[in-house]
Amino acid sequence: MATLKLDNVKKSFGKTDVIHGVSIDVNDGEFIVIVGPSGCGKSTLLRMVAGLETVTSGEVQIGGKVVNDVEPMDRDIAMVFQNYALYPHMSVFDNMAYGLKIAKVSKDEISERVQTAAKLLQLEPYLQRKPRELSGGQRQRVAMGRAIVRKPAVFLFDEPLSNLDAKLRVQMRLEIKALQRELGVTSLYVTHDQVEAMTLADRMIVMNAGVADQIGAPLDVYANPATEFVAGFIGSPPTNFIDASLVDGQSGRIGVRPEHIELSDTGRITATVGYAEALGAETLVHLRASDGSQITVRQDAALPIPGEGETRGLSWADENIMRFDASGLRQ
Amino acid sequence: MEKRVTFKGIWLPLLLVLPQILITAVFFFYPAGQAIWQSLFIPDPFGLSMQWVGLGNFEFLLSDPFYRASFLTTAIFSILVTVVSMGVALYLAVLADRLIKGSGTYRTLLIWPYAVAPAVAGVLWLFMFNTRVGVVSWYLGQLGYDWNHVLNEGEAMGLVVVASAWGRISYNFLFFLAGLQAIPKSVIEAAAIDGARFWTRFRTIVWPLLSPTTFFLLVVNIIYAFFETFGVIHTITSGGPQQATTILVYKVYSDGFVGQDLGSSAAQSVILLVIVSILTVVQFKYIERRVHY
Ligand SMILES: Nc1ncnc2c1ncn2[C@@H]1O[C@H](COP(=O)(O)OP(=O)(O)OP(=O)(O)O)[C@@H](O)[C@H]1O
Ligand SMILES: [Mg+2]
Repeated sequence: MATLKLDNVKKSFGKTDVIHGVSIDVNDGEFIVIVGPSGCGKSTLLRMVAGLETVTSGEVQIGGKVVNDVEPMDRDIAMVFQNYALYPHMSVFDNMAYGLKIAKVSKDEISERVQTAAKLLQLEPYLQRKPRELSGGQRQRVAMGRAIVRKPAVFLFDEPLSNLDAKLRVQMRLEIKALQRELGVTSLYVTHDQVEAMTLADRMIVMNAGVADQIGAPLDVYANPATEFVAGFIGSPPTNFIDASLVDGQSGRIGVRPEHIELSDTGRITATVGYAEALGAETLVHLRASDGSQITVRQDAALPIPGEGETRGLSWADENIMRFDASGLRQ
Repeated sequence: MEKRVTFKGIWLPLLLVLPQILITAVFFFYPAGQAIWQSLFIPDPFGLSMQWVGLGNFEFLLSDPFYRASFLTTAIFSILVTVVSMGVALYLAVLADRLIKGSGTYRTLLIWPYAVAPAVAGVLWLFMFNTRVGVVSWYLGQLGYDWNHVLNEGEAMGLVVVASAWGRISYNFLFFLAGLQAIPKSVIEAAAIDGARFWTRFRTIVWPLLSPTTFFLLVVNIIYAFFETFGVIHTITSGGPQQATTILVYKVYSDGFVGQDLGSSAAQSVILLVIVSILTVVQFKYIERRVHY
């Protein structure tokens, strides 16, 4: 168990700058989720912490020690890969025991640690199987087990659930959270799924094109997005953006979350109803504003659903307005 | 699942494979049949009459110390060629695999030797090691080593092995490189994080995952060393000194065409035919079973 610190970490591949300087202090036992769209540099950041990519500039510290030039094996970390990266020619037991054997842990202790992990992950019946004889979810558990048995200071996860189906993903998400709570190991978890980020994270790093736009607790980030990008990325359906000139004649853009807008006869602006999605507990109404921008309203299922083509007013409370300047920064 | 194209009748598929069947018949079945037939006779040197001897040619061969010696020579030669060509190829492939940029260039350069005909390769190496004008033997002379593969049996063997292995390295290299690149990078990275350094990774992860490729190449290279090195041996040593580099294939030629002992030569061909059949069966049997781990 250890703290983790990134200090203005940058990464370039040749002439392309991929990470433009990320800093964060991770507390011992904290669960940090790095979230962002595809290609924004999440994996690259994680791999720099793992030692699989060199750090172009800045510092990575694990447990107070600078590890920029330390080999992956000497960083006291464990990583779970997106494709699991299990050793295909080894049994589940050997997959989990591999690192311990190399570390010259005694046979008895290896067997004990693997058994404990297998029990925790419900893998006991499969210990003698090869990875190809397992389901996706079971493989995922083996990858977790391989990380757990080594008792590392830091867990690194690179989209560990993205190859699973939706239902299994929800289940494994809960298991990972419970496991991390139980073991108390500092964790860095990469995902592009904002729901995963919201539910797992103690704090999350929202990445946008190599920049950490915002770092904070999920609900804080949700309630107070620092940039237009964060406001649009976190939350589903995403925040509505409307040109301020349309509403109150100011410059920049206004963001309002779908659940904060009400349909009324008159409002701050008017919009034409497109189609409505009745989801049971709630209804999503999609409208088009006069400048053509798309607006989604989330309303209670009990409220009447407006007909297609109707013109309705949109209203929202002042405290729900998020103002962004031309560069996307929160004002 | 395997995809099958289905034809309605039998005539079109038959017509399509006919050329291949004809070629095989003319260039393989006919001569093979003739060899089997001839191995049962002793013809006179002018081919005017043949005397039926049954399995006499085979009995004589198997008790012939020269033929047995040739078996041993072939075994040593094949093992050396296979080990040298595969070893060097694997080493180069591991190096190229670690390169991110420029591996294409190395690959292209390393393919060239494969395009050189064995006989030409033989002449090339012969020039370099020629006892009087060869570059390499001159340098060896400067270093105080008196190179003479015309008289020294070990040196002769060494030279044909190197010349035969050289042309083979490209082929093996391509397969090894493809095999290495088929191993997911993340598996290697996972092993690195698990604490395995280069050699441990190679021994416990890369080598086992490469084993299907290695096995395939092993069989293919043995077949090559057995049957396709004739040109190299003919140009460099002609099977000498004495019989030091006379491998089985070369003995078929020298006994048949030089020694004019056609019955024995035919019998030797039949024995080779059996050997290559066994090797091929082994190869297909194992290659068909794709998964080795
Ligand atoms: N080895 C490399 N050489 C050059 N560019 C690279 C390399 N690896 C990644 N990149 C680039 O760096 C950027 C970030 O890549 P990265 O893999 O970190 O994205 P990501 O956020 O993990 O995306 P995803 O969600 O799709 O996995 C991408 O634009 C990618 O093209
Ligand atoms: Mg990624």
